[in-house]
Amino acid sequence: MKKEQGKKVNWGDMGIILTLIAMIIFFSVVTKSFLSAKNFANIARQISITGICSVGMTMVILTGGIDLSIGSVIGFTSAVAALMMSNGQPIILASVVSLALGVIIGVINATCINYLQIPAMIATLGTQISLRGAVYLVTGGMPVYGLPESFKVLGQGSVGIIPISMIIMVIVFIIGYIILNKMVFGRKIYGIGGNAETARLSGVNVKKEIYKIYMLVGFFGSLAGLILMSRVNSGQPSAGDGYEMDIITAVVLGGVSVSGGEGKITKVIIGVIFMGVLANGMMMMNINEYWQRVVKGLVLLAAVAVDIRTKNKAS
Amino acid sequence: MEKKPILELKEITKRYPGVVALDQVSISFYSGEVHAIVGENGAGKSTLIKIMTGAISPTEGKMFFEGKEVIDNSPQKAIEMGITAVYQELNLLKYLTVAENIYYNRFPKKGPFIDYQKMKKDAGEVLEHLGVVIDPAELVKNLTVGYQQLVEIAKSLSRTVKVIIMDEPSAPLTNNELKYLFDIVKKLKDEGLAVLYISHRMEEIFQICDKVSVFRDGHYISTKAVVDTTKDELIKEMVNREISDTYPQVEKELGEVSLEVKGVTTSLLKNISFSVRRGERLGIAGLVGAGRTETARAIFGADRMEKGEIYLNGKLLHITSPADAIKEGIAYLPEDRKQLGLFLNMSVKDNLLFSYYPELAQSGLINNKNATEVCDQQVVTLKVKTPTREQLISHLSGGNQQKVIVAKWMLMDCDVIIFDEPTRGIDVGAKQEIYQLINMLAKEGKTIIVISSELQELMGISDRILVMAEGRITGEVDRDTMTQKKILELASVER
Repeated sequence: MKKEQGKKVNWGDMGIILTLIAMIIFFSVVTKSFLSAKNFANIARQISITGICSVGMTMVILTGGIDLSIGSVIGFTSAVAALMMSNGQPIILASVVSLALGVIIGVINATCINYLQIPAMIATLGTQISLRGAVYLVTGGMPVYGLPESFKVLGQGSVGIIPISMIIMVIVFIIGYIILNKMVFGRKIYGIGGNAETARLSGVNVKKEIYKIYMLVGFFGSLAGLILMSRVNSGQPSAGDGYEMDIITAVVLGGVSVSGGEGKITKVIIGVIFMGVLANGMMMMNINEYWQRVVKGLVLLAAVAVDIRTKNKAS
Repeated sequence: MEKKPILELKEITKRYPGVVALDQVSISFYSGEVHAIVGENGAGKSTLIKIMTGAISPTEGKMFFEGKEVIDNSPQKAIEMGITAVYQELNLLKYLTVAENIYYNRFPKKGPFIDYQKMKKDAGEVLEHLGVVIDPAELVKNLTVGYQQLVEIAKSLSRTVKVIIMDEPSAPLTNNELKYLFDIVKKLKDEGLAVLYISHRMEEIFQICDKVSVFRDGHYISTKAVVDTTKDELIKEMVNREISDTYPQVEKELGEVSLEVKGVTTSLLKNISFSVRRGERLGIAGLVGAGRTETARAIFGADRMEKGEIYLNGKLLHITSPADAIKEGIAYLPEDRKQLGLFLNMSVKDNLLFSYYPELAQSGLINNKNATEVCDQQVVTLKVKTPTREQLISHLSGGNQQKVIVAKWMLMDCDVIIFDEPTRGIDVGAKQEIYQLINMLAKEGKTIIVISSELQELMGISDRILVMAEGRITGEVDRDTMTQKKILELASVER
């Protein structure tokens, strides 16, 4: 027995890859500095943060949910870790506390969704706003400096020419791949997104799985927060602000259906690279930041439009 | 027959990549006749409807309407000519009123505004004409599915119609509503419409149709006057094989009482108590809304119980979710396959193994080789027709989808298996296979509960039948004493 589909070239699949290649050629021609090992390492560092978060976001969107709070999770958990480190607490302790906070925020999100029955988009919008406020409260609105020197390794170090943060991202992607493709948990995620009531009647404790998924996103968010903090060598109160949109765009570009149940983590990697190259290239071309936003928004719209078109064609 | 057909199809062929959905079909329909079309799923009935209503165009062949060839048929054109279809899936806007639905997109206007007075009056007239008592100002969501179906018919008749195609119009209807439907069909016929009646229910065809055409595997087989044929003959033509025993029976022994339900009460159920033995097939009969599905859902932990106890093999169970019920050995195959039974976005394999995956996994990692083996084995055992195990379940016929669901629950090896409308919308051949599977499970000593709205079927496959009405059990009949009349009387008990 062989897969029936896959023989035909799927425009939705190939389109993004071809566009990415065209974009890389374009930026290589119009800018001098784009095509270099150093810049590629730089892109890798930049995308490791959105990349790590996109694995969790993929799972959430696959269940038919969304997590808008992830940017604020990055900001809040890294601010707390930065404050602890600058006050002389051990790196390990600060990191563990930060990761635990990420998981706790996931628990709060999932509780709002499961028991208060607030739609995921609104529930996580609420935590996004509150957490951003909390970041400004704990930092007093000022950057936190004085991080230990050895902490730099996480975001700035590399093994050979490969940045450590990128290695972490690759590991997270592998974990995501195993969960979604090889584990029972993954089947449950696709099942909940495909038809939550069928999943429940098939014996899945849907609420429990929703908890697990949002806790995982929170964990990945705080991990990304630690890397970002190490890269900029400080705890910034605005850290992660607006990242959720970049992450969601990358996931949707990677072909994950916004209505849940469909999508592959392997393609999300392409979406993440796409967003990274686009942002970096525009920076290299000295396009101003406002225009960059305009472009990113249009990319999100285009990605969703393509998703819906391919869906309509299929049915 | 001297009469000229109002609608005539000549050598219509429709090819899809790899499939011939209709092969050289020629058929005529006449005004003032109710013409039934029967065939198993996949026989080409839906394709035929779609071609007549202009939703798809045929690969080859011609269509004539009132003697003139129809070129470039389209939904718009079909409606203008007076061909309309009432589909199984309702296309109503639930939060609008009946009148708004009937005149949607053709609202009568007074200047730039909708003339609500006129619309309500006109809708009232259409409904009255049909003999349906529905307030045009009622919101559609407040109507039962049966009445919604009648609104759908009213909607299609609010324009000039010469040919009306009804696709399984009786499927969601209760017996009372069915009478309405039959009256409407007769009325339409008397008014000179050609009515195309598509149904799986043989009894209806003999009750209200004049002619019946059989389709099989995309081929047109025959057209006969209803008076010249029999149910058995039709079924034989549909499946191209003799179905000797419509309701097969097996030799089996009844064991000890296994499931005991005591005083189950929910917002819709009042004090439901009964018990079932191992190897027994208990049927539950009742009209729509009698509480049959609710009883099953309460036992399965899908709905919250207010009061009541459930014992399995003498042990009191504490069930608060379907997951608990499955762990205790209770399975439930829901009535609404698409909404509650399947993951339409998933493959045959993932649907079949969904609940069983934990058994195939070690510390959460699925052993794919075992999974594939188990899946293939079930596909073979239950004779599921699918090109590959990776095929999307939504591409399978209703009967094969149902077999996948049965296969899924057989893997869970539950003691009690509750089938809710197990044969709804599936073809005659697949129904037989489902009956045989139910028998096989009973023979193995499983406890079987079957809910079905088709009384003959329920009587054919149950050892004993509980009858429910308005959330209560109103009576019980066993195999030797069950008659349709008795069950219907119990089902319509008023309290």
